[in-house]
Amino acid sequence: MNVLAVLIPISVTLGLAGLAAFVWSLRSGQYDDPAGDQARALDLMEED
Amino acid sequence: MVTACPACSTVPLPQGRAVDQPTHVLHLPDIHCGACIATVERALTALPVVQQARVNLTLKRVMIVAPGAEDATLIEALARAGHRADRLDAGRLGPRDVTARDLLTRIGVAGFAMMNVMLLSVAIWSGAAGATAQVFHLISAAIAIPAVGFAAQPFFASAITALRHGRMNMDVPISLAIILASGASLANAFGFSDRANWFDAALALTFFLLIGRYLDRAGRAAARSAAAELAALEAPQAVLIEGAQERIVAAETLQPGSLIRLRPGDRLPADGTIITGRTDLDRSALTGESVPQPAGPGDEVTAGETCLTGALTVRVDRAGRDTALARMADLVATAETQRTRHTGIADRAARIYAPLVHVLAAATFVGWLMLSGDGWRALDIAISVLVITCPCALGLAVPAVSTVATARLFRAGILVKSATALERLCQIDTVAFDKTGTLTTGLVTLGGNPDPETLSIAAGLAQASRHPVSQAIVAAADARGIAPAPVTDTTEYPGCGVQGMLAGQRVRLGRAGWIKGTDTSDAAVWLSVAGQPPTPLMTSEALRDDAIPTVRALHDAGYDMALLSGDAPRPVARMAQATGIGTALAQLTPALKVDWVRDRTAQGAHVLMVGDGLNDTGCLASAHAGISPGTALDAARSASDVVLIGGGLMGVPRALATARAAMGRMRQNIGLAVLYNVVSVPLAMSGHASPLIAALAMSLSSLTVTLNALRRFR
Repeated sequence: MNVLAVLIPISVTLGLAGLAAFVWSLRSGQYDDPAGDQARALDLMEED
Repeated sequence: MVTACPACSTVPLPQGRAVDQPTHVLHLPDIHCGACIATVERALTALPVVQQARVNLTLKRVMIVAPGAEDATLIEALARAGHRADRLDAGRLGPRDVTARDLLTRIGVAGFAMMNVMLLSVAIWSGAAGATAQVFHLISAAIAIPAVGFAAQPFFASAITALRHGRMNMDVPISLAIILASGASLANAFGFSDRANWFDAALALTFFLLIGRYLDRAGRAAARSAAAELAALEAPQAVLIEGAQERIVAAETLQPGSLIRLRPGDRLPADGTIITGRTDLDRSALTGESVPQPAGPGDEVTAGETCLTGALTVRVDRAGRDTALARMADLVATAETQRTRHTGIADRAARIYAPLVHVLAAATFVGWLMLSGDGWRALDIAISVLVITCPCALGLAVPAVSTVATARLFRAGILVKSATALERLCQIDTVAFDKTGTLTTGLVTLGGNPDPETLSIAAGLAQASRHPVSQAIVAAADARGIAPAPVTDTTEYPGCGVQGMLAGQRVRLGRAGWIKGTDTSDAAVWLSVAGQPPTPLMTSEALRDDAIPTVRALHDAGYDMALLSGDAPRPVARMAQATGIGTALAQLTPALKVDWVRDRTAQGAHVLMVGDGLNDTGCLASAHAGISPGTALDAARSASDVVLIGGGLMGVPRALATARAAMGRMRQNIGLAVLYNVVSVPLAMSGHASPLIAALAMSLSSLTVTLNALRRFR
């Protein structure tokens, strides 16, 4: 069962990273204009 | 996708990030694609004054940083690029809403913690014991305690406020369950007892209830911001005369004594006295009267009236918060707070439910303590009762339905502003309509069937005027294919009529007092040709296209209807006959309208007022519910619960029908939540509910009510 000492911290850290990513995306206003971001994504692709 | 927008061509996208402190906000009603965004942003950043411009396609707005720029310059630049834009008054849009973001963060934290703890719990449920179980308990505690401390704060805060005021709300048992479950589990984790671990239950409670709270908020915030946008779109402005110069200023900044200029078609931004100029005033927004009134130097005018024909110079007597209009709006605001005391179905359910939960949990604790003498065991079972009875489903039952119903109405152009509006709309049995501007368009049409020659001369004269009756005459002649007579030397006498020359003869078109010397109350204009007796032209108000279908739909649905108008008896009777409304009352002052509503309410009726003018605001606020069209005065819109932005009057029966369906669904949901409690509470009280069963039951019941809310409405 000693493997738990490694696995549990890893899984919790990964979870925390996901949570941090969500909070960051929320704070940086990425849910403010979903329709606009959708359209902008297409536009940027055409430029490349 | 991009080529679907003809006004746009593919252009490089300016590099811009979110604009934090915009100096200008414009409403762009027509944008719909990525290329539109690019054109708008490029057109704006090409102007030297513009530092930054960022389009928000979801809100159909553009945020601009351009210190010192005029709105007109920006709007014109966009017009050249093929986009219509309207000014939005940034001050009226209100501050950016941060509560929703805050709640989402808490939901994220609670969700993360719940899933991790749930996984750790699965190991314990499936048989981990001894040191492993102890370690898992400790890890769960390390995750759950900070998560609960952060995520459940809204419930703790609300419970403390309620207790401090000596009241009881649903957040008290919720907070108690969360704190007791976490506290007892913490004691378990440190080995004080070997009872079950409730961390996952405490987190699941927090998670589901936060979702309910978020839905509840988001629905109302969307409606509020849409209502604020309507107000910001038409924030009044005034043309201020400063010596030889004229400047456009916001109406709030006007000072008593300053002079303002009004062009035909302008709405008065302040109360004042006419200094120079004559005009016809449209007072219908204030009085409900459809016939324009003449006004000249020395006459007093009030904010909200519209100047129809002549240009005016007006000395401001009262401005901003002091105008008669603003004071009326303040009165309405106080009346409105009385209605917010209406307790919603969720609150009423909670009022019965909250004490019951406490009594049940306390009884369980005392009962088990006396039976078994084991304090930890008794506490454990009491916690299971608290957790199971905790109103996850009840907390979602009402907000989930009202979110779905409000969103559905919103897509149909019907804006539900107040939280309890759906419930109140469902109790309505009587619908009272205002006439001018609500059932009618507020525009005049030519009635009767005048002979072609009369109409031709009248149309020739009417071309020179912007008076609504003149425009109606021109439109009527045009519709019948009659060419206007070649009238020359036309002069408009604002407040009286138009005069001109036709084949060497003097012809005049105007109100009875001016043409004949005597004034009659009839709403007709007269045409006079020199040497002939004057001919009357009858006018009537144009009924909205959907007025008759609306009245019929309401009639079929079994509602009583009434027409309350400040206008003269004859046009009101005509309108009642045309639409088929049984009760028609004319010449009502705003106070009499309110009295009528109070009388009906005293008789046990629930009245819905549909109105648009300042004279309706009292009624809109004192009736059981109020609906106003999107074209209504700001004061009327803020006094009503529902605003019909698009889709017209048919929104009234539609809103009523949806409200009834939504209330049915809410009752079903509350029934489901109660049913789940009836089954699970005896199980918990008898000590058979393990944390696994609690977690399953809680998730299942929350899912059931949410799915029931999302089920298609009839």
